[in-house]
Amino acid sequence: MSTHEKTVAELAAGLRNKEFSSVELAKLYLDRAEASQPTLNAFVSVTRDVALAAAAEADRRIAEGKAGPLTGIPIAHKDIFCTEGIRTTCGSKMLDNFVAPYDATVVTKLKEAGCVMIGKTNMDEFAMGSSNETSYYGPVRNPWDTSMVPGGSSGGSAAAVAARVVPAATATDTGGSIRQPAALCGVTGLKPTYGRVSRYGMIAFASSLDQGGVIAASAEDAALVLGAMAGFDPRDSTSVDRPVPDYVAALNRPVKGLRIGLLKEFFEKGLDPEVEKRIREALDVYQKLGAELHEVSLPSLPLSVPTYYVVAPAECSSNLARFDGVRFGHRAGNAKDLMELYCRSRGEGFGAEVKRRIMTGTYVLSAGYYDAYYLQAQKVRQLINKDFERAFGEVDVLMGPTTPTPAFPLGAKTSDPITMYLNDIYTIGANLAGLPAMSVPCGFVGKLPVGLQIVGPHFGEEKILGAAHAYQKETDWHRRLPDGFK
Amino acid sequence: MALTREDISKIAHLARLELNESEIPVYQQSLSSILDFVGELNRADTKGVEPMAHPLAGLAQRLREDVVTEKDEHERYQANAPKVEAGLYLVPKVIE
Repeated sequence: MSTHEKTVAELAAGLRNKEFSSVELAKLYLDRAEASQPTLNAFVSVTRDVALAAAAEADRRIAEGKAGPLTGIPIAHKDIFCTEGIRTTCGSKMLDNFVAPYDATVVTKLKEAGCVMIGKTNMDEFAMGSSNETSYYGPVRNPWDTSMVPGGSSGGSAAAVAARVVPAATATDTGGSIRQPAALCGVTGLKPTYGRVSRYGMIAFASSLDQGGVIAASAEDAALVLGAMAGFDPRDSTSVDRPVPDYVAALNRPVKGLRIGLLKEFFEKGLDPEVEKRIREALDVYQKLGAELHEVSLPSLPLSVPTYYVVAPAECSSNLARFDGVRFGHRAGNAKDLMELYCRSRGEGFGAEVKRRIMTGTYVLSAGYYDAYYLQAQKVRQLINKDFERAFGEVDVLMGPTTPTPAFPLGAKTSDPITMYLNDIYTIGANLAGLPAMSVPCGFVGKLPVGLQIVGPHFGEEKILGAAHAYQKETDWHRRLPDGFK
Repeated sequence: MALTREDISKIAHLARLELNESEIPVYQQSLSSILDFVGELNRADTKGVEPMAHPLAGLAQRLREDVVTEKDEHERYQANAPKVEAGLYLVPKVIE
């Protein structure tokens, strides 16, 4: 097996056994990342010098016997996480010149764990998109077929891990932005419970939905990285003060007797029949392992996409008000007064989809429309939340497809926002309710990967990681690499 | 819900976004269709339902001692500002 085919857990063992040094690993992945740029465009920045310095330090710690499980492991950060002294763009012209003055808590924690950052990954602008086509830095391409989108908004992180130009990457998920690209790129993505991972230094899109997480090759790797990322942070007012369990130890939970709820609403109209077959095959594996399958109905769930497209734009219109051309970010030239400075800086700095969402949010929050749209959406959100609560009274985890179809061609859905929004039809529910959820590769339609989604109750990361790991011990979909990156 | 050009201009102004002439019809069409799409929410029976603003019910806001915990680093933060003078952000004239 080539080194780049190894999982994080295997790379960590290789470092401990002196098969390679951290500097050698960093060079290997930096070279792969740079070589992949013309094809995939998965990175906004590749940070070679920073990576080599951090890797040399990791090698010293390993030599001194002070290494932890992630010391010396290369990682990439989605360009939504602030990195001190390093350009942090959020995929936007607005922040093209922004050099973050501090590290996000996630970045600090992974640094302290010894991870070596090799670059910042491309993403949909301000995490608003499902195909990575809204990035100011151009679309990311799917390594399984470069005429296809990688999904979004964490498309750079997903494509980079799928091509193993980095073994693991951070990502964020507001309506499916970890799970949907993980599914379309054939990698493992984990969105933790809302409040589990600090949002400090993670550029805000919709604050009641945003959650940081990880994209990796396997559930085991996701568990390793999550363990280092998670935890209470006094700098995030919605961070939950609760101990971080040993996620790696939780991987070997038996699946026998596990009550799996099949989301009835996820198997109805709109689901590609070939995707459904892969999902049913995955469920067969669970049944053979002794899990019980139960059909579960969440009657309000079909309203999750319209609910999201009121709540998320409303929060985004408020959060993105901070970009005013005054304190940081893009400033329009030659404005004759302050109003013109605001309007032109924002008009020039934001791309089309971001403007669309800001305006949608402004409208639903405006006088006369607030009750009809925003308040009604918050009430439907509660109905969806109660549906999930009821379901978790009957089953341990919920399963279904992550996306209705495999990856689609670049440009196929850019002209109609609603068609694009419906990509997240199966993922948004977990964000509205704040639940932990994963996407796990479970086969292919043609040469394109399919993802199985596993949703758990609040702080049920151990349950979903255990279920995902049990499946990955029986299958090898997560070990497949796209042609051209083997 | 068919929004007019005037509606779009008003929303854009409220959002402090300058749009060019060619963008207005694009947003007129797409915002109208988004509002139709989210209008589906009105079909849900939400009588007596408590609105949900946040996914973790009962999470109380923490308070801390009212003491200075951060040091003054305005120079570092203002390094990203387009125009600064004497520690102040420069903007075009506000009052004639």
